[in-house]
Amino acid sequence: MTEPLLRVENLVRTFGGITATDNLSLQAAEGELHAIIGPNGAGKTTLITQLTGQLQPNSGSIHFGGRDITRLPAYKRSALGLARSFQITSLLRDFTAADNVALAAQAHDGHSFYFWGNARKEKHLREAAHATLSRVGLEPRADVIVSRLSHGEQRQLELAVALATKPRLLLLDEPMAGLGVSESARMVELLKELRREVTIILVEHDMEAVFALADRISVLVYGRVIACDVPAAIRTNEDVKRAYLGEQHAVTRHD
Amino acid sequence: MTASFNARNAVAALVVAGLVLLPLYSSLSGNIFILTLFTRIVIFALAAISLNLIMGYGGMMSFGHAAYLGIGGYAVGILAFEGIGSGFIQFPVALASSALFALVIGALSLRTRGVYFIMITLAFAQMAYYVASGLARYGGDDGLTIYKRSDFGGLINLSGKVQFYYLCLFCLLGGIYLVWRIVNSRFGLVVQGLRSNEARMQAIGFPATRYRLVCFVIAGMMCGLSGALNANNTDFISPAVMYWTRSGDLMVMVILGGMGSLFGPVIGAIVYLLLEEFLSQLTEYWALVMGPLLLLIVLFGRGGIMGMLGRSGRD
Repeated sequence: MTEPLLRVENLVRTFGGITATDNLSLQAAEGELHAIIGPNGAGKTTLITQLTGQLQPNSGSIHFGGRDITRLPAYKRSALGLARSFQITSLLRDFTAADNVALAAQAHDGHSFYFWGNARKEKHLREAAHATLSRVGLEPRADVIVSRLSHGEQRQLELAVALATKPRLLLLDEPMAGLGVSESARMVELLKELRREVTIILVEHDMEAVFALADRISVLVYGRVIACDVPAAIRTNEDVKRAYLGEQHAVTRHD
Repeated sequence: MTASFNARNAVAALVVAGLVLLPLYSSLSGNIFILTLFTRIVIFALAAISLNLIMGYGGMMSFGHAAYLGIGGYAVGILAFEGIGSGFIQFPVALASSALFALVIGALSLRTRGVYFIMITLAFAQMAYYVASGLARYGGDDGLTIYKRSDFGGLINLSGKVQFYYLCLFCLLGGIYLVWRIVNSRFGLVVQGLRSNEARMQAIGFPATRYRLVCFVIAGMMCGLSGALNANNTDFISPAVMYWTRSGDLMVMVILGGMGSLFGPVIGAIVYLLLEEFLSQLTEYWALVMGPLLLLIVLFGRGGIMGMLGRSGRD
């Protein structure tokens, strides 16, 4: 059996008395689009932040590309090829769209202890930025300050920034959050293209998008994976139905 | 650069022209006092420029920046006292000791954020203040008189008022140019990105602390230079230049002129020190006027004086 690109084993993270990640195990194979769904408060974002290194788990391990990255800081994981987009848009708001993407490219182009030359005039960084922006359809807005972009454009930019780091694994935390119908459709099209090049872990509430895109789906409830299977099987899974149809007591303990 | 002609650039150009021509005015009008006053202003403007690099561009609210004024000053004072009068030794020592201090306190303080960072930088500067007060050999609390200014051989005579003024102005303009290069460089973009959104910068692969630390050290060295010049200007160094109110003065200059604008701190230093000078001649309670004025600027003029003059170039 080949080593999966991402292997999470027995991950535990608690906040005070709440167990946000409860002995969670998960694998993502190279090239697959693995969706993670679950009701609000299931610990999806907590899981993502542990995968990217912003949060340390209490126990368990995370292997990426065969290497144990459980205790690696966020910037080193990025260097290994792990990129994320944020559920709540997290960009450099006082920079232009092109600056945001160029900085992501710069982060993966050697160190940045250059104090003299004008970084905005470094051709290869700017070209990489514009190429990535045009992939997500934002090229015409390259020189606009982020705070003046629409919400939908900011979501697209989130994706562009993650892509500019040339990741092996893309962690997308609700990329459709707050998007209109046509914007969502465009994002789905874009993800369909991207999945051919990069392994993706997609956390999303938009079920239509998830079932259209995912190779496999893991269902998270109260920090545990209650099911992991292909979309067709998840659709008919009884535990999942209960979790989503409101009978939460079937899968949770009220203690 | 397609630097558009706007109010900010016009004001900056006018101020630079004014500073360059000031000695001419001073000698024509016979007003020597104004040259003395502006030498002091130019020196503090350099300190404010350096603080702006970490505070305005880097988002590091250091409340202990005056420590470097003292360290740079004591480097000159102590070496002069021990018989080493050469500026070629004094100034490098001033820069190196400032860098070392910045490296040590930066490595410790930059683990913290927000209010904690403000408090810990304040605490370190106060520590430097009390250490200097304890230097009995070098005057302790009373300070140390510097009988001979730094000697740069035949290159420049620091005792010549005009020559010394131009040396200070050269250092200030050099400092501004350096900051301008830095903030547009790769390094500068990283530091400003960290101010804007640290989590994002970490996620795209930047180790935050080492970039911040290097920025902190550069700013410390620039302020150390300002301190060495200041000691030469006053022919005296005492712990008082490191007291926390001095750090506060520097912060006020930066905020008044416009945080994160290249030229703002210079305007801030000029306005602040001129007001201090003239208001203190009018009344002993000059701070009563200065306080409300500062409040108004902070409340209504976000971006300081430079902010009121319009937005910056890229718009």
